[in-house]
Formats: sequence, structure tokens, C-alpha cells
Amino acid sequence: MEPAIAFRDVSYGIRGKEILRHLDLEVAAGETLVLLGRSGSGKTTALRMVNALLTPDAGEVLVDGKSTRAWDPILLRRRIGYVIQEAGLFPHFTVARNVAVVPELAGWEPGRIDARVDELLSRVGLPPGEFRSRYPRELSGGQRQRVGVARALAAEPSLLLMDEPFGALDPVTRRDLQRGFMALRRAWTKTSLFVTHDVREALALGTRIALLHEGRLEIVATPGEFLEAKSGEALIFLAALEDLPEA
Amino acid sequence: MPPTLFREILERTGEHVVLVAIALFVAALVGIPAGIALTRKAAWRGVVLGFTNVVQTIPSLALFGFLIPLPFIGGIGRRTAVVALVLYALLPVLRNTLTGILGVDSAVVESAVAMGMTDRQLLWKVELPLAAPTILAGLRIAAVTTIGTATIAAAIGGGGLGVFIFRGLASVDSAQILAGAVPAALLALLADGGLGWIERRFARF
Repeated sequence: MEPAIAFRDVSYGIRGKEILRHLDLEVAAGETLVLLGRSGSGKTTALRMVNALLTPDAGEVLVDGKSTRAWDPILLRRRIGYVIQEAGLFPHFTVARNVAVVPELAGWEPGRIDARVDELLSRVGLPPGEFRSRYPRELSGGQRQRVGVARALAAEPSLLLMDEPFGALDPVTRRDLQRGFMALRRAWTKTSLFVTHDVREALALGTRIALLHEGRLEIVATPGEFLEAKSGEALIFLAALEDLPEA
Repeated sequence: MPPTLFREILERTGEHVVLVAIALFVAALVGIPAGIALTRKAAWRGVVLGFTNVVQTIPSLALFGFLIPLPFIGGIGRRTAVVALVLYALLPVLRNTLTGILGVDSAVVESAVAMGMTDRQLLWKVELPLAAPTILAGLRIAAVTTIGTATIAAAIGGGGLGVFIFRGLASVDSAQILAGAVPAALLALLADGGLGWIERRFARF
């Protein structure tokens, strides 16, 4: 089967600094591939190439078999859900309007949009009656992130990109949202690409983990294989899993 | 106060308001789109902001004087006065439009782009609504300064409350000066309060 996303020998740099070097990676339809790495490893850069926020300097990124250079970026992005760390909700829109953005852009009729918004808010654990007409500033960080997920899912994208979506949350809320994400994932057939620097999160959420180190792909492994991995960077991440410094 | 003076104050205040309103309207019509254009063309920012900054530093009486000999926009009268006032009002409108839009949270802009908004949709649905308080603040600053500067319009036959002031200066008559200065100050306060109120209504976010 054709991969949902394919990186083909992708390189990218900013002002002479190489961010990604010859990345070759395929994401199969329906899987949750986690891009794991430290800050500056190139994981977010790779993610942002999928919805054409960035274009590779060399090589190409294929989405559904078509290069992002060949896609109309507007059409491509409307097929892809995108969740970022600070949620990026529109502060002047209510929760309902935030969730409705992409369906509105796609020209859905209002009745269908309303029904969809209610369905999604319920699915991410926010009772629509209570949350529909609130503004983002009236929500907690975790609630905002839930709205961000609902918004990304609104127009039934086949592909979901998540850039450290739970990174700015407190540990309890983060666990909550990770559980919610896993529950959602069981119910859908979407492909997702998930960026994190948290090895625990990678092991819990990924069907496969791609470890990036200084712009290079170090290994791609299932969580089970990753635990047994012997490569240098993987060992460093696994060590971080175990030893907590004593206070 | 003699009734003739009172009537003239009303008349001159009317002229003054018209002068300022036209100047602000034109400044907004030019300055807001120009400010938006500058958010898209970083390379032009230095040149355009530099030009408007330089205009702002020209003493206003001198600027009115410079404009008189120019064809079409110059001469004696209200048109020249409006041109000068527009040049002064342009900078705050333009700069606040630019900073207002550039100041929109980058995570919000990135989300909008990543959701598949076109540049036009990004501008109208996200950037302009969120920059509105800043743009309005620019208009408010422009309004208050223009009301003051417009008193100089009388020097080149532009009318307005400055007529009293120049007349009072020429005849060493402080009552005449006050007849121009007090209404001008009140107008400025009114504009400041009114536009400030509108601004706060937009600044809910």
C-alpha cells in the first residue's frame, strides 16, 4: 500500500545550518508515527514540511503519493489536521467558531457544521452546552488543547499532525489528554505524525517511533523494539526514562 | 460673550471638524492599506516608515509653507491644509496598522495558515480583527494631533479655529486666542474619549 506520507532524501537548512539531512521515512496509512528527538533535532521542521509550511531544500515530501511542491498548499492543508503546543486558538472566536473554522472554509452548510461541532466537543470531553459559546481565554490550558484537537479533526482530515500538543500542560492534565488521544485513536483510521521530546509519551502513543538526532534519522522502531535499541541516542533517551535525579 | 462671537466660534469649530475629518478619512484610506501592504513586503518597511517619519519631523508651519507653491495640491486654502494634515496623520495610522498586525500571536497565525486559510482569509478573519484595537489607537493619536495641528491651517487660509488664534496673536487679544484654543482643546478631549471608548469595545481579547 502507498504510504500516507513519504520523506524522500529530504534536506533542509537555514542560513547554512543544516536542520535535516537526507531524511528518508515513510508513514503508513493508519499508523501513529512519533518523531522523537531533542530540541533542534529537526523533528518540528520535518512535521512542517508535510503541510507545506516549509519546503525541502533538496528531496521531496510526498503526501498521498504527490509531492508537496505539486499540491495546491491551501487544498493540502485543509485535508490535514494540525495541533500545536499553544493550541493557537483564535482568541476572538468562541469555542464553537474555532472548531468550525475548517468546515466553514470548506463551505459546509450551517446545520451540518453545528452538528459536527457538538459531536466533536463531546468526543474530546467538553460538554457542548457548557463550552460552545465560551472564549478561549475562559478555558484552562487542558481545555484549550482539547478544543485544538477538536478543531483539527473538524473537517474529517485523513491526516493529523501534532507538534508537542501536550507539551505545555501540567503532568496530570497531560496524562488525561494522552489517554483521551489514545481513546480517539482506537476509534479512527487516521494517520498521525506526532512530534515529542518525551520518550514516555512516544512509547505510549506511537505505533512506531522515529528517533531524530542532529537532523539525521537514527532509528525507526516499534515501541517494543525501541526499548531494546542499542543506538547511542536511543540509549540516552531510554536512560532518561529510568534515572530520575534524587532530590 | 457677544452673540456674533459665539456664532463665529460655532462656525469655525464646524470648519475645524470638517478639516480634521477629511484629513483623518484620507489618512485611514491610505494608511491602513499601506500598513497592511507593509506586513506583506518587509523590504519596503524601512523606506516607507522612514519617509513618514521624516514628514513628521518637519515643523508644521514650515510644511504648510512648503506646500503652497506646489501645483495641484498646493496653493492657498483648505485643500493645501488637508494635504498637510493627511501627511501628519499618516504615520500613526500606518505604523499602528503594521505593528498591530505583526503583533498578532504567531501561534494563531500559524494555525490559520496551517488550516488552509488563504492570505485574504488570514487578513480578514484573523489579523484585522485582532489588530483592530491597535489600529484604532493609531487613529485616535492621529485625531488628537490633527485637531491641534489643524489650528495652523488658518495661516494658509484653511479656516478653522486657528483663525481666532492668528487674529488674537496679531492684535494681542488673549480672548480671541482663547476663543480658538479652548474649543480646539475640547474637541481633542472629545475625540480622545470617543475613540478610546470604541477602542476598548474592540479590545475584549
